Amino acid sequence: MTASVDLDVTGIRADFPILNRVMRGGHQLAYLDSGATSQKPMQVLDAEREFLTTSNGAVHRGAHQLMEESTDAYEQGRADIAAFVGADADELVFTKNATESLNLVSYALGDRRFENAVGPGDVIVTTELEHHANLIPWQELARRTGATLRWYGVTDDGRIDLDSLQLDEQVKIVAFSHHSNVTGAIAPVGELVARAKAVGALTVLDACQSVPHQPVDFHTLDVDYAAFSGHKMLGPTGIGVLYGRRELLNAMPPFLTGGSMIETVTMEATTYAPAPQRFEAGTPMTSQVVGLGAAARYLDTLGMPAVEAHENELVAAALEGLAALPQVRIVGPTTLEHRGSPVSFVVDGVHAHDVGQVLDDEGVAVRVGHHCAWPLHRRFGIAATARASFAVYNTVDEVDRLVAGVKRAVEFFS
Amino acid sequence: MKLEQMYQEVILDHYKHPHHRGLREPFGAEVHHVNPTCGDEVTLRVALSEDGEQVTDISYDGQGCSISQAATSVLTDQVIGLTVGDALKTVAAFSEMVSSRGTVDGDEDVLGDGVAFAGVAKYPARVKCALLGWLAFKDAVAQASHRKDLEDKR
Repeated sequence: MTASVDLDVTGIRADFPILNRVMRGGHQLAYLDSGATSQKPMQVLDAEREFLTTSNGAVHRGAHQLMEESTDAYEQGRADIAAFVGADADELVFTKNATESLNLVSYALGDRRFENAVGPGDVIVTTELEHHANLIPWQELARRTGATLRWYGVTDDGRIDLDSLQLDEQVKIVAFSHHSNVTGAIAPVGELVARAKAVGALTVLDACQSVPHQPVDFHTLDVDYAAFSGHKMLGPTGIGVLYGRRELLNAMPPFLTGGSMIETVTMEATTYAPAPQRFEAGTPMTSQVVGLGAAARYLDTLGMPAVEAHENELVAAALEGLAALPQVRIVGPTTLEHRGSPVSFVVDGVHAHDVGQVLDDEGVAVRVGHHCAWPLHRRFGIAATARASFAVYNTVDEVDRLVAGVKRAVEFFS
Repeated sequence: MKLEQMYQEVILDHYKHPHHRGLREPFGAEVHHVNPTCGDEVTLRVALSEDGEQVTDISYDGQGCSISQAATSVLTDQVIGLTVGDALKTVAAFSEMVSSRGTVDGDEDVLGDGVAFAGVAKYPARVKCALLGWLAFKDAVAQASHRKDLEDKR
């Protein structure tokens, strides 16, 4: 835990003015909902403003100076974000969010022009703990193509149950989350990739909850595709990323079509630009890419090992504090082993919505509900959980306020 | 805005000791409504009188937060025994109050304990909780009335 000593959390918090806000209950904000969306530092907002007030133009179009500067800023953003996640720049596609990234892959994998496309008799594998964004696109792909969807079950401590499914040669795709957005469990990526490779299946990693919180290197993880969002990693909304291995992206047919993604167009037929432009139809999100590039540089300057160590301290404090309340049950691993940030829990006799309302009154912002992972909640026989999720700007004091707030909820409803 | 303004004593009482809870026979229609944002659900049955003019019973089961459970309990208190027309007017009045962002107080003569939910109206995220059982009732009564009409035509 010495790495967190390197982090000046007070200084970091000064970059996020929203954290000073006093909420309607009269208390300062304790923002523990970064798993839903993170707050954004001034450096990100300044980068967007600087770009828009000096260099804004249409990317990859025309020949004037602003267009050149915009294109340079856009492509520099791609390079910086790629470096941050251990990928090459031409392996990153910008989308509007991670959901679109996963849909893009799922549509390409249903297109018979792509040699990896699935069809009747093929099997698509996912897991029972997925966010709906990494489940429904695969349900839909199976429906469109006649392929079958199967899934790994979940263990009692909220991990992917590796014993629950055996892969065979029919399996063409294995899609799973790096960090569960509910239980915080970190998937054994190496093992799952090895199993997929052994049967010749492609891997799709939902990295939305890992990229903002720990060092991630897609080349080292050796996944075929990965998706993550900008707004969960201190960047803007309206920008998501798809990583794809170069050979795969180059072989894939387009998803959305229109301007920017073409090579030649006649009334009869069109040929397409090389990847990644082939997958970026229309005028792209430009200031958002600039902002996301700034977010990646911001996190990189702090150092992701230090970010991870700091958040581990917060998770440890939350697990310990909540464990001291007999009415609280953690849904997920109760130790730090292979565990990331989200800490989800139920409180005996108090519905998650009511827990969230009491915490809100204390200025503590958490997520309540099924967190877009309804099958996982069904697996545990519950309708809803309360979820605290952390980011680099959170403090142990805020975790203490969470625990005190949950205690108040227990007392209030008893 | 303080917590106690939202969770008034009368709401907590209905939550801890719900009225008319449990599914009963006979019934004219049964519906299952879900709040997709939180997964809360209610199964609700409505029984109408022979002539279809009066709400003779509302029974329900489900799981949800204090607001949704208490609001459904209040619904049964206010609406059982009313004519269908008056019942739907009551639903409209409750719906107007909780959707008003706090600008409509609600008439205690119409809503009874339901006026305690005026505070909920100031929390837009909780409006759906308050309406879950009430909108299920509206749906169920429409289905029960429709069935009565079909029976009458036979």
